This record gives sequence, structure tokens and C-alpha cells, in this order.
Amino acid sequence: MALVLTEEQSMLRDSARGLISDKAPVSHLRALRDSKDPAGFSRELWHSFAEMGFAGLLVPEEFGGSGLGYMEAGVVMEEIGRTLMPSPFLATSVVAASALSRGGNAAQKAEYLPKISNGSLLATLAIDEGAKHRPLQTALQAVRAGNGFKLSGAKALVVDGHVADLFIVAARTAGSAGERDGLTLFLVNPKAKGVSIERTIMVDAHNAARIELANVEVNADSVLGEVDQGAALLDGVLDVGRGAVAAEMVGLSDEVFNRTVEYLKNRKQFGKLIGEFQALQHRAAELYVDIEITRAATMKALQALDVDVAKAASAVAVAKAKAGTTATRAVQEGVQMHGGMGMTDQFDIGFFMKRARVCEELFGDSNYHTEQLARARGY
Amino acid sequence: MSESDTAELEQFRAETRAWLEANCPPEMRKPATGDADVFWGGRNAKFSSEPQRVWFERMRDKGWTVPDWPREYGGGGLSAAEHKVLRSEMAKMGARPPLSSFGIWMLGPALLKYGNETQKKEHLPKIAAGLIRWCQGYSEPNAGSDLASLQTRAESDGDDFVITGSKIWTSYANYADWIFCLVRTDPTAKKHDGISFILFDMTSKGVTTKPILLISGYSPFCETFFDGVRVPKSHVVGTVNRGWDVAKYLLQHERAMISGMGERGVGRPLGQIAADSVGADAQGKLDDAMLRGRIATFDVDEAALAACAERAVDLAKAGQAHPAFSSAMKYYGTELNKRRYEILMSAGGVDALEWESERSKQGARPRAWLRTKANSIEGGTTEVMLGIVAKRILDLPGA
Ligand SMILES: Cc1cc2nc3c(=O)[nH]c(=O)nc-3n(C[C@H](O)[C@H](O)[C@H](O)COP(=O)(O)OP(=O)(O)OC[C@H]3O[C@@H](n4cnc5c(N)ncnc54)[C@H](O)[C@@H]3O)c2cc1C
Repeated sequence: MALVLTEEQSMLRDSARGLISDKAPVSHLRALRDSKDPAGFSRELWHSFAEMGFAGLLVPEEFGGSGLGYMEAGVVMEEIGRTLMPSPFLATSVVAASALSRGGNAAQKAEYLPKISNGSLLATLAIDEGAKHRPLQTALQAVRAGNGFKLSGAKALVVDGHVADLFIVAARTAGSAGERDGLTLFLVNPKAKGVSIERTIMVDAHNAARIELANVEVNADSVLGEVDQGAALLDGVLDVGRGAVAAEMVGLSDEVFNRTVEYLKNRKQFGKLIGEFQALQHRAAELYVDIEITRAATMKALQALDVDVAKAASAVAVAKAKAGTTATRAVQEGVQMHGGMGMTDQFDIGFFMKRARVCEELFGDSNYHTEQLARARGY
Repeated sequence: MSESDTAELEQFRAETRAWLEANCPPEMRKPATGDADVFWGGRNAKFSSEPQRVWFERMRDKGWTVPDWPREYGGGGLSAAEHKVLRSEMAKMGARPPLSSFGIWMLGPALLKYGNETQKKEHLPKIAAGLIRWCQGYSEPNAGSDLASLQTRAESDGDDFVITGSKIWTSYANYADWIFCLVRTDPTAKKHDGISFILFDMTSKGVTTKPILLISGYSPFCETFFDGVRVPKSHVVGTVNRGWDVAKYLLQHERAMISGMGERGVGRPLGQIAADSVGADAQGKLDDAMLRGRIATFDVDEAALAACAERAVDLAKAGQAHPAFSSAMKYYGTELNKRRYEILMSAGGVDALEWESERSKQGARPRAWLRTKANSIEGGTTEVMLGIVAKRILDLPGA
């Protein structure tokens, strides 16, 4: 498979870009932030998204989706990264849809996937409990109770947690924090008794929540995949999320970079365009190369996910690690090269810096993924 | 990759693998131990071993010293996709290139594009068969990064040019049979407009070379002097005074070749090489957390570069490649390769310091480490590459 977009994928990109740049430029995020919008995203826009087939992009056709692959999901994520449009796409259409398609039984798929496709159901994965991404450190308890389980514990950074209609919660049915065995994924209704949700307004003005479960009762049908054997399913789904976030970071980096290069061509100091200064030219050129390399690594990871999710781990680790350092560099250079302008709220560039910081933490930062690669290679 | 091969390509892959299995001697399935172990061809070529000879001859007979050149010029006639398959199958078994040659990497592509039929017929098959070894006469003492300011003159005299001047950093000039050379044919024209690209035999009267000793202890390149060297005008490639076009095109190929170093690896993964000397802690992790971190970061960057190199080929095939992209890859690949060797030195500790000893294979590692420092200088420096990216790709204003 070539690492270039096919004609269909380019068309998908163009239509995603058209919709997103038209309806959700950075000013859209700014307006949602400034008005303290309770949802934090536009439901109207989400419905247009669904109508164009994006919401169900990864959902198999038999459940009303378009049955496309992770490459295509990455194409859309990259466009989202360019304008920072807040939307349920990552949590619902990429991560939750993959979890349900891959781990769901027939009844679960039939119930949830069509609703994801038509945009009527928002779902999200609740995984991390501590400050850093450590999936195996899951401690949230699920104890057997009658025909089902009782869940108790807390989760941090649940993306879209305050608007979701369905949580996919990683819990411990056996073993202790740090162990691979004993993890189980549960489908939990956010309205269930014992669930409390605190919307956390984050630095990037995107949506997330902390959730707490106090003896929340779920029945046996709520198990996604196998009891105690959730780690493998979780790994695969997380890798999908990581690949998607890497693609968002590629879009974000590229956009900041383009804006910065434009600025270098227009801003004058000392009677010259600042883009004539070699010190800046070389830094811009280095950044360009970093972004191109990150783009290729991310395409490689998405392609690997399409071919065999289980074997994609190393390619995903490379992509997420590289995307994190590149995006960080891109936003830092972006602000620096814009001078004082870059520090103002009025100017958009800061929004990219904030989102890059969040993307870096989502599903594991660069250190985490670099460490994963070292382990996989056995040193 | 292989999962998307068409049936035809799948069959080519299977046949290629089987052929390589049957024909590549086991000794040729590991990296060369040093420059003396690389086969460069030429009139005075010597094989360092019998397996090296066998491997070269078998590959030559298949046209696979230059797999993607047309068959009529001694190539293998492979399509881009087939060539990619051959390269990946060779990489999988660690098979080394049967022939290393400036003719293959640099001159060949330039001749294929700019040479006339006589020149192609004359030179390409000899390059493919390793009969003639070439050197590159570009740099001069006062024209390095600013290559177009070169001063070596070629004055018209009937059917000949008479060449006078000197070159420097001419790699292997003392071993080469022929030179491809940039000369000034019109001293009155603007810098880039009076240059011609010309070929001649190094045994011509008036050519002398003098080796230069390097920090690695080797003398791989020379000062080269031309004292009234007579060369037929028919040896000019492309148009007289338009040599800069040929020179630039050749440089793209040179840069692409050099950038490959960053992803070429040296046999075993760095993490394992380091584990041999540094050892592991109780959890089996390399017993030097900082070094381990550096290696892991390097591995991320190397894997990402490899993806980008693959994408660069795919973009070229799809007609979407930017012509200056090889400069971007050259910059990154060479800086990465320097990092690789810094890590190797660090991992080797005091063992990597030995210079003249049997144990250290005559200082193979420190010499290789020193050699890599040239990666970001040869073929255009990192600074020049970044300048090209800034101006040609990013379209930033010139100073
Ligand atoms: C191992 C090796 C093999 C070589 N083989 C050959 C060969 O076979 N044939 C051949 O013709 N040549 C060969 N060269 C020469 C090589 O191409 C030159 O060394 C190279 O182009 C740099 O030129 P220079 O050495 O004159 O350095 P200079 O041009 O003097 O550069 C000195 C420093 O100034 C910097 N600099 C120069 N201009 C700029 C600028 N505009 N902006 C910012 N920084 C700048 C450079 O980046 C460098 O850091 C070889 C070199 C090496 C190291």
C-alpha cells in the first residue's frame, strides 16, 4: 500500500475540509469558549457531520455506517486538527465505535452502532485515573453482585464525559493495579444511579469530565468483550485512539506552521521581511521536515491499524511519540516567531498551543510511547 | 506492504526471494566491515573475498547492480514497484549492495536524463558491469557550498576543450578511472550560466591527484589538478554552458543516496548493541537510563524517517513529489546518522576508543564514527540543505 492518499481519500479530505473550514474555523471554538457553551460543541454541526457520513465512518455498513478504515478516520482527524473544531468525532466515532465493533456482541452492536452512525448517540471511553496515562493502573473496582456487577471508583479526563450517552469504563474485576489480567470493559449509562459527573473546563476549551462511580449497578449484558480479559481489547482500541490523535496533531502542526510561514513572509523588522533572516529560515525548514516525517509515520501507523490492529502497536507508538514532540515544537516556534502577537488571546495561535498540550497527554505522551517502543524492542 | 501486492507483484516477490536465497552467499548477508570490504569496481578492482566476487557477478548478470535501468544499458529493467520489492527483500535478508559506485548513484541518473545516445551506450553498461570507476569533480578550494563560483577553466581549441585548474575533496580520485567534472566554459557569463558538465579519463595527460589525510586516519579523497588536459568536446553532457542543470539534477540523486544513511542501520539494533557492553538492570532494562532514553528516542526518529523515505518514493511514483524534497531528507538522514554513531560510541564506552588493535578491528567503530561527521557536509551541508528547503519548498524570501 502506498503512503499517499488515494483519490477517494483525497475527496474525503476535501469534503471534510470544506465543511470544517466553512462551519468551524477557530472562531467557532473561540465563540463556544467565550459563551461558556454548556455542551461545548455544536449539535447542529454534528448532525451535518453525521449526514455526510462522518459520524459512522468506521461503523460497518450493516449497522448503517460507511465501513471505511482508520486511514480515512485519520484524514478527518487531520482536518479537525487544522481548525481545532470541538466535536464528538474522536470519542464517539473513532474510539467508542471501534470498541463496540471489535468487542461488542451482536446485541450490543445492533443497539449502539446504528445510533453512532446517525449521530444520535455519543459515547466515550473512561480509562485513566491518575494524572498520567497508565491503562494497566486501572483500579476502579467491579465486584460481582447477583447477576451483574457493582462499579466503584473514579476516572479523570473522560473526553466528552459531560455530554456522553454511554460510557465505556475500564474496571478491575480481578488482580490489582498494574496487572494486565483482570481488566474488564463495561458499558455504563451516565444517568445510572451512583454516577456523578464533573465537567472539567480544560486549558484548550475542549470537552472533558471527571466521573465518579459509587456502587453503580450494571447487569451482565453490560460487559464489553470478556470478563478479566479486557486488556487486549483495550490495547487495540487505545491504539486506534492514539493513531487518530497523532493525525489530529499532524493537522494542528501543519496549520500552525503554515500560519507561521505566512507571518514570516509578511512581518517586517530592520527594514526586511523577518523570513529573510537565516536563523528563522533554518528553524522553519527543520520544522517542515519534522512535520513531513511525522505525517509519514502517522500514515504508516493508520495503515498498520487497517491491516492488523494487533500488530500495529510499534507503528502507533512511533507515530504518537513523534507527533507529540513535533506538535510541541510547532506550537512553540509558532508563538515565538509571532513575537508579542503570539502571546495575545486575540490571535488564534495560542489555541493551537493549548490543544497540542492536551493531545500530548491524551492516550499517552511522547515519553510513554518512546518507552513502549524500547520495551517492544527488548532493551 | 506485501498484503497489497497485486498477484503479479506477489509472484515477482516470491521468485526474487527464492533467487536471492539461492544466490546470495551467507557472507554477503551482513554489513561490510569497513571501506576495504566494499566492492567499488573499476579497472583495478580487486575483490576482498570469493563470496564477494560470486555475489557481484551473479547480480551483474541479472542486471541487478542497477535494477531499474533499462536493459539495453545493462540494467535490470525493473518497474518502480518491482525495484521496491527487490530492495525490501534484500533488506530483509541483510544482503549488501553488490557494487558501490558513484556511477550508479550519481552519474548514471544524470546520463539517463541528459546524455546523448552515444554517451549512454558508451558509459552506462560499463558502470552497470563495474568496469569503470568514477569520481566527482565538483568542489574547488574556493567553491564549496557556493559551488557555482567554481573557476576551473575549459578553453575551446578546435574539437577539444583544454582544462586547467584544480579540484578538492575529490573522493577516491586516486582510484577512479574517469571523472565527471564541472568546468567554466564561459568566464564572462553569469555565475550559473557559464558552466559545463564534462567527462574524461583520469589517465589523460595533465591530471594529477594528491591524497588528503582525514581525522579517521584514512585518505579517501584527494586534491586533483588539471594542467592543460585535452578533452574532446563530444564529452560534454547536455549543452555547453548549461552544465548547471545537469549538476543540480545529479546533486538531487547524490542527496537522496546520502540521506539513506539515516535509515540504513548497522546490522543489529542499537538497543542490543548497547546491552552487550552496558548490561541490564534487574528488570532487564539497559543499565543506563539516560542512554536507553536516547536510544529509544533515536529509534522513534529512525522509524519515522523510514516511513518518510517510503512515502517519498510513493509520492514520486504518484507524481506528487517536490523536486527539492531530497534536500529535506538529506538533512534529516545525515543528522540522524551522526546521532546513531554518537550513541554507538557512548554504548561502546572505553572499548570504542581503541584505534589500532585486532580486538577493535583496527578501530572500525571510532573510524566509522569520525566518518559520519562528513555526512552533513558532503553533497551539500546541512545549512545549505535547510536553505534550499526554506527557499524552494517554503518559498521564504531570499536574503
Ligand atoms: C566525505 C566527503 C566527501 C566529499 N566528496 C566529494 C567529491 O567526491 N567530489 C566533490 O566535488 N566534492 C566532495 N566533497 C566536498 C563537499 O561537497 C564540500 O565539502 C561541501 O559542499 C562544503 O563545502 P566546503 O567544504 O567548501 O565548506 P564551506 O562552503 O566553506 O562551508 C563552511 C561552513 O559554512 C557554512 N555555510 C556555507 N555557506 C553557507 C550559507 N549560505 N548559509 C549558511 N551556512 C553556510 C557551511 O554549512 C559550513 O558549515 C566531499 C566532502 C566530504 C566531507
